[in-house]
Amino acid sequence: MDIKSAAIFFDILYPEIFLLAVGMFILVVGNIFKNRTFLAYLALVGLIGALVLTLQQWNAPQSGFYGMVQIDNFSIFFNVIFLSAGIIATLMARDYLRAHNIERFEFYPLILFATVGMMIMASSADLIVIFLGLEIMSIPLYVMAGFFRNDPNSNESSVKYFIMGAFATAFLLYGIALIYGAAGTTDLRRIMTDLGYLVSHSGFFLYSGALLVLIGFGFKVAAVPFHMWVPDVYQGAPTPVTAYFSVAPKAAGFAAILRIFIYGLGGLNELSVIFWILAILTMSVGNLMAIFQTNIKRMLAYSSIAHAGYIMVALSVGGDGAVSAAAFYLLAYTFFNLGGFAIVTLINSRTGSTAAIDEMKGMSVRHPFLAALLALFMFALAGFPPTAGFFGKFYLFSEAVKAGYIWLTVIAVMNSFVSVYYYLRIVVVAYFGKADEEFAPVSFKPAIWLVLVITAAGTLILGLLPQFGLQLAQMCMFSFK
Amino acid sequence: MLQYLALAAILFAIGIFGVLTRRNAIGILMSLELMFNAVNINLVTFNKFIGPDNLVGQIFAIFVIVIAAAEAVVGLAIVLLLYRNWQGIDIGNINIMKW
Amino acid sequence: MLETFFPILFLVVLAAVIAVVMSSLSVLIGRRSSGKDRGEPYESGVAPKGGTKERIPVKFYMVAILFIIFDIEVIFLYPWAVISDKLGMFGFIEMLVFVIILLVGYFYILGKGALKWD
Repeated sequence: MDIKSAAIFFDILYPEIFLLAVGMFILVVGNIFKNRTFLAYLALVGLIGALVLTLQQWNAPQSGFYGMVQIDNFSIFFNVIFLSAGIIATLMARDYLRAHNIERFEFYPLILFATVGMMIMASSADLIVIFLGLEIMSIPLYVMAGFFRNDPNSNESSVKYFIMGAFATAFLLYGIALIYGAAGTTDLRRIMTDLGYLVSHSGFFLYSGALLVLIGFGFKVAAVPFHMWVPDVYQGAPTPVTAYFSVAPKAAGFAAILRIFIYGLGGLNELSVIFWILAILTMSVGNLMAIFQTNIKRMLAYSSIAHAGYIMVALSVGGDGAVSAAAFYLLAYTFFNLGGFAIVTLINSRTGSTAAIDEMKGMSVRHPFLAALLALFMFALAGFPPTAGFFGKFYLFSEAVKAGYIWLTVIAVMNSFVSVYYYLRIVVVAYFGKADEEFAPVSFKPAIWLVLVITAAGTLILGLLPQFGLQLAQMCMFSFK
Repeated sequence: MLQYLALAAILFAIGIFGVLTRRNAIGILMSLELMFNAVNINLVTFNKFIGPDNLVGQIFAIFVIVIAAAEAVVGLAIVLLLYRNWQGIDIGNINIMKW
Repeated sequence: MLETFFPILFLVVLAAVIAVVMSSLSVLIGRRSSGKDRGEPYESGVAPKGGTKERIPVKFYMVAILFIIFDIEVIFLYPWAVISDKLGMFGFIEMLVFVIILLVGYFYILGKGALKWD
């Protein structure tokens, strides 16, 4: 066998390599210097640099590493989501970690490495590489969940996340092994071309493998009935980490699911029924459980489960339109969910805060602007126009209607109405809640302002000018059909 | 081939059972390792019987071994932290947060 | 197909029967003795002293954990070593990068002082 480096094309992974290099640099330098304030900026430089490098690849599909890595508009769109989430989480984290006296420089490399893993997940066209990306993502996340080293809640969060994550990974691996056994390859493109033959020839292994892979990713994106860990993990983890959890790993999981189940195994139409059931269970349970929560982090955890359910609608529908609808929804969700979490981070940075919903009382008097932003993000989460949340849902559901999934759409819309109740409750508490004591002022730092501005702008721009985002999302296709 | 696959399936099932019933965190970690090793048996078996001309399955098994080790290391570190703060590693007791 | 597993089933049943019979026989017809010396771990050895719950310093676990990771990563060197002559310079540089990444981790550990014993 003649092995040439020419078939590898390292240049398509420049963004990932750059991030990795910056992360490792921070790890080495962090131990040397006493003054470590600049490391957070270094991490931001890394993330923004990777963002620029990624955007340069737009609209120029490439393939490398013997077809294992596929850079197309789909992967770039998701990479932008991961990198924006990383930037926003880093900005939020610095002041929060300081306020809680746990600023350790390891946080920044961890977030960079996790982002690299997600980017690899979204860009791979091979089950092995998807698995590697998943693990590069997960292992830093386990550590980040337990970043409050001396807080029992954070320990609990970390150990639960670790056990459930590793458990899910084992299922995923078993599924991949069975698919490999059925197809003799892990290359998604070859699986896609041979799918008809494979179904008739080794259908049992293929279907059971696909189901196990689905269970594995179901844990990662927090689909019901694989969601039990989510509220505990989200509540115990430091708030900026929770914000990151609720967006980035979920988007990465969906990127991999879309790549596997719409591109590679797209021919298995029977799976659509399973996605149908999962979608309905996920959004219903998420929304119903969210109603009863008294802790805002926990409520947002259930809300993120419900949003995963909405995106599952796209998986059930399938096809190019559904892929771009899911991608658009995830982009919009990134902005307004992170915005909501930014406000929770501010509230939670005050001493003695447990992030109970009642802590919002009297917010509109003390910080009217912050309360207005809170209302904006909550409206977006509930899906009111003219926010990004409305157009995300509209686009998603209209794809479902177009494909004839009327009942699914009806149930999804009913679920959205249920969700209005608990999102608006927070706004009501912030505006009309009678506070027993004065609302303790939050301390604004420039970084959190920047976060609020970015997320609010994203929410409004995608809501007022949806054309722009939609066009990008419609271009977000797999190459090599 | 079926014998190997049956062995892997049984190992995997034992692993699942262990994760779900063990209360000791180290026991759970060991059960997880069992599950990963069941996957390795599967991969190597398929490699031998289905595609002996390439080594995808074996290389994949190596990756799984390494990643399982990395996960075990992180898991052990988390358990160590748990032991320090809770004076024990009984997962059943570690449950402050409830819905 | 299932018939091939019959010997295994037979073995399992046989093992279970033997285990149950043996232990119940020893309970039924065996003699009991009791006394201070019976409780000792080594009836005629050195008398044990101190509790069994002696703590091992956490440093030990730290080194053990770190050892696992570096030990296992070496596994990647074997496939490369087998065909290193075919991979040539390219493979060598690849492996060099891999080892450098491991070195970064090692320097990080050194900088943290995780390998210091005292």
